[in-house]
Amino acid sequence: MKKLINKPDDVVTEALQGLAAAHADLVRVQFDPNVIVRVDAPVQGKVGLVSGGGSGHEPMHGGFVGPGMLDAACPGEVFTSPTPDQMLDATKAVNGGAGVLHIVKNYTGDVMNFEMAAELAGGESIEVEAVVIDDDVAVQDSLYTAGRRGVGATVLAEKICGAAAEEGRNLADVAELCRKVNANARSMGMALTSCIVPAAGKPTFELGDDEMEIGIGIHGEPGRERMKLAPAAEIVEKLTVPIVEDLPFEQGDNVLAFVNGMGGTPLIELYVVYNDPNRFLGERGITIARNLVGSYITSLEMAGCSITLLKLDDELTRLWDAPVKTAGLRWAA
Amino acid sequence: MVGVAETEKASGSMSLGYDDVLRWIRAFAAEVEANKEYLTQLDAAVGDGDHGINMQRGMAAVLVKVDTPTEGQDIGALLKTVGMTLVSTVGGAGGPLYGTLFLQMGTAVSGKEELGPDDWAAALEAAITGVQARGKAEPGDKTMIDALIPGRDALKAALAEGATFPDALRKSADAAEQGMQDTVPLVARKGRASYLGERSAGHQDPGATSSHLLLEAASETWGGHEQAG
Repeated sequence: MKKLINKPDDVVTEALQGLAAAHADLVRVQFDPNVIVRVDAPVQGKVGLVSGGGSGHEPMHGGFVGPGMLDAACPGEVFTSPTPDQMLDATKAVNGGAGVLHIVKNYTGDVMNFEMAAELAGGESIEVEAVVIDDDVAVQDSLYTAGRRGVGATVLAEKICGAAAEEGRNLADVAELCRKVNANARSMGMALTSCIVPAAGKPTFELGDDEMEIGIGIHGEPGRERMKLAPAAEIVEKLTVPIVEDLPFEQGDNVLAFVNGMGGTPLIELYVVYNDPNRFLGERGITIARNLVGSYITSLEMAGCSITLLKLDDELTRLWDAPVKTAGLRWAA
Repeated sequence: MVGVAETEKASGSMSLGYDDVLRWIRAFAAEVEANKEYLTQLDAAVGDGDHGINMQRGMAAVLVKVDTPTEGQDIGALLKTVGMTLVSTVGGAGGPLYGTLFLQMGTAVSGKEELGPDDWAAALEAAITGVQARGKAEPGDKTMIDALIPGRDALKAALAEGATFPDALRKSADAAEQGMQDTVPLVARKGRASYLGERSAGHQDPGATSSHLLLEAASETWGGHEQAG
């Protein structure tokens, strides 16, 4: 294992200390339990937005704490859900009297820990709503499984709901908007290489030099199929077709196209990838009205990418364009 | 068939005190420690390979917590402390599930200084109800409850037939072991293993395995415990 770390057990703590030092203008970090909170929290009268999940997906979620996006993030151990005491602390820290929205990625551990946190917060008379994000088309949705995983749509939901909360919309509205983003977004990812969890010290899965995994999860969970490496255009088609057919995205739709790096893929390759959905969707009469290209929801040093499409309307477009100021995502009005 | 008088003598008169329950918790922690690698290997095959590591971290924290006894704590409070500690240290799915298991046990025997066989059966019943409510799993979904439910049923059946508490605990642990082994051919329907679909068949469920350890620890700790409370 070659990593820029000191001790595997200290990675999460030291990364949080680094984040706090680098972005003291935006966030403050509380330890034991670990919570990243917007520096001016709680904002009175504003719905508080809390998300969280295992570490190793940076900049998600801690890098999305700041005006126009999240109020707090709860980082767990690498690829392990955070715990309810973290979520309860985060919820209390951001409750400005208008209630708190939990944005939860659909993984069994995350869902159960956030449920317990919501019960604990309810016991302290804080109004909490939770929305579960499950946009990964690689996983078959079924009553008999844990359901689809939450991936790229999480970033878009945090941005759009953050803007709505900033406008002063109430908890029920912001939660409904979050469900709308989830309902209109679909994603799929692929990996060229595995990743190494620091505490494990060895690759999460084995992938041959000439192989790729289509439909990979953000923790290295297996996807739909393993196959021989192909040119980028073919890979993009393997990701985009299931996404387009699933919603489905149709002629005349305006979409936000999000090409995401998994952590070990350079931006130059992500731009190569972006060419293809642009062409592919254009041929189907689908217009890319907005885009995001970069590594925003990662899987440690995994090489690969994911593609997320979100069907836009005027409301979603306006909220996407609204100003945001976080470590990971920022633009002015 | 055991006579009524003997039934009352065997199961009705025996009870567990605070220290006995503490010994069971320590025994479970020792089982988790000894099986940390094994649980992790089982989880690596179908999940994300952290069950042993997470449970060991949680039970180590529990041991630290219960080493500083609170004045006048009853068994219910002790079990709730174990549950809250697991909830705040384990993470993943194991934290809420094992945390809920102990919290519900603690609620079921709230205020009690001693547990009789029926109290233990009630605690186990409450634990399973809580775990099912939290995880929304049904029998056969390849989860913890596939070991816990046979363990509970065997305990109740043995007690109803007039078995001694140690014998009932032995039967409970054996049934949990069988239930654990019976998860091997199942297709997972909950948790990360469910993403594998058919590929999850052929692997023993790590949650059912740790749940067997829990009931095995109870049998081993209390099995030779004959004195009246």
